[in-house]
Amino acid sequence: MKMDELYRELILDHYQHPHNHGEIPDADISAEDANPLCGDKIRIDIKVKDNIVADVKFNGKGCAISQASASMLTDELIGKSLDEIKKIDKDFITQMLGISLGPSRIKCALLPLKVVKSGIYGINTWPDEEDE
Amino acid sequence: MSQPGLNVSAIREDFPILQQLVHGKPLIYLDSTATSQKPEPVIRAMDEYYRKFNANVHRGVYYLAEEATALYEGARKKVQKFINAKSYREVIYTRNATEALNLVAYTWGRENIHAGDEIVTTLLEHHSNIVPWQMLAKEKGATLKFVEVDEQGQLLPEQIESLITEKTKLVAVTMMSNVAGTITPLKQIIDRAHSLGARVLVDGAQGVPHMPVDVQALDCDFLAFSGHKMLAPFIGILYGKRALLEAMPPFLGGGDMIREVYRDRSSWNDLPYKFEAGTPAIAEGVGMGAAIDYLSVLGMENVRAHEHALITYALNKFKQLDGVRVLGPQDPANRGGVIAFDIEGTHPHDVAQIFDREGLCVRAGHHCAMPLHEQYGLAATTRASFYIYNVPAEVDRLVETIGKVQKIFKAS
Repeated sequence: MKMDELYRELILDHYQHPHNHGEIPDADISAEDANPLCGDKIRIDIKVKDNIVADVKFNGKGCAISQASASMLTDELIGKSLDEIKKIDKDFITQMLGISLGPSRIKCALLPLKVVKSGIYGINTWPDEEDE
Repeated sequence: MSQPGLNVSAIREDFPILQQLVHGKPLIYLDSTATSQKPEPVIRAMDEYYRKFNANVHRGVYYLAEEATALYEGARKKVQKFINAKSYREVIYTRNATEALNLVAYTWGRENIHAGDEIVTTLLEHHSNIVPWQMLAKEKGATLKFVEVDEQGQLLPEQIESLITEKTKLVAVTMMSNVAGTITPLKQIIDRAHSLGARVLVDGAQGVPHMPVDVQALDCDFLAFSGHKMLAPFIGILYGKRALLEAMPPFLGGGDMIREVYRDRSSWNDLPYKFEAGTPAIAEGVGMGAAIDYLSVLGMENVRAHEHALITYALNKFKQLDGVRVLGPQDPANRGGVIAFDIEGTHPHDVAQIFDREGLCVRAGHHCAMPLHEQYGLAATTRASFYIYNVPAEVDRLVETIGKVQKIFKAS
């Protein structure tokens, strides 16, 4: 993948102008995690109404890939049921970003999803790793 | 004599070190219990790693780092499959088997052994499965007990029952003695220990290289072994049941084992990295993967059958010798490919010296098993041990050379 494809306009736009950035003080679900490979950190607050995500905000620091992924993922979450969110996987994230990533950078893209799943379901494994 | 399953002449060609003369005689390597020789594919894998992929693992974004990580982590999954662990997260790289045993003593041991508790080990153990428990028992005010052996070096079954009690928190036992060659009744020991709530740590340094091992079938809580005794370079492995490893505090602190570090606190990385501080032995890990590939092609049943045939042949030969005492079980079914012996009227150091002049590599001393030698009333023994590359003709040379030793010492 060429550099201008990896850092395409959509990624840079979400990185520089992230959607859903901030905090929800009375959130129903909050979770936070870090990528031990680079120290990037993301916190996600979710407000749930009738099992549907009513609002979501994220906060944290990290590379363009992780921040863009958080921005785009939070857009996707609003209006989805918690059951639908459980089905979101690695392929969904790479399609959402429209880029393909190697084994080290894929963690950057998956950190927001990992945080969401740990907050909602207590699933703490990386979406690209088998646990066994 | 037939060689079930192994094409030993083809195997020997894979070991460059065996293709040489020492003191003008063909090299005969009979010290695989101390460390095994390395075949070409293992040497090549490490050489290729340094020529093409060398980089530090786990945090690199560039090509070399990703390749190095893939090779090193790929080898971990080969180890997992080889011992049939449930998850690669249960496979921890260490420096050697000794460090793996100490890791358990310093982390699980310090959390779970308290004053008045008992740790049970056996007289067959290598010092590395005795000393860490002595140190821990002393620190905690716990008691270390030994299952004794009969004259053939077999654990006394009634002591397995009587010494493992409600007070026992840990049983630390070898899979196979590095001196007597005894294969221990692990299933009986593990069942007994688990029925009383004790954990079992198996020292597989002499077992894993020589016979099929399935940690799930065995149901041991921990298994320590070393790569260098199974064709790999100098590296060790600790297997542990995941729930135990999750609950244990880390061992060494540093890079790679953390999730986040602040001035006043840190949090830990996922398994197995929680126990792997600092830059690991990457090329050695890659070599370990190649060694497991090599052994897997041979088949561990075939490795065991080959060594069983060799020890059977050797025991029969030794029976015909006068003035030579052989340690360990006489029944080859309960014994691995190791034969420690004492030649009447000689010291093992002199014996090993004469063997060396004949091109034979054997070991002389207490073989890191002083309590067992003390039990036998011996300060030291001479030890020959076999692996996949040894042949009956080498056993013949061993026996002939014992004759030479006896001749020299009778003449003086």
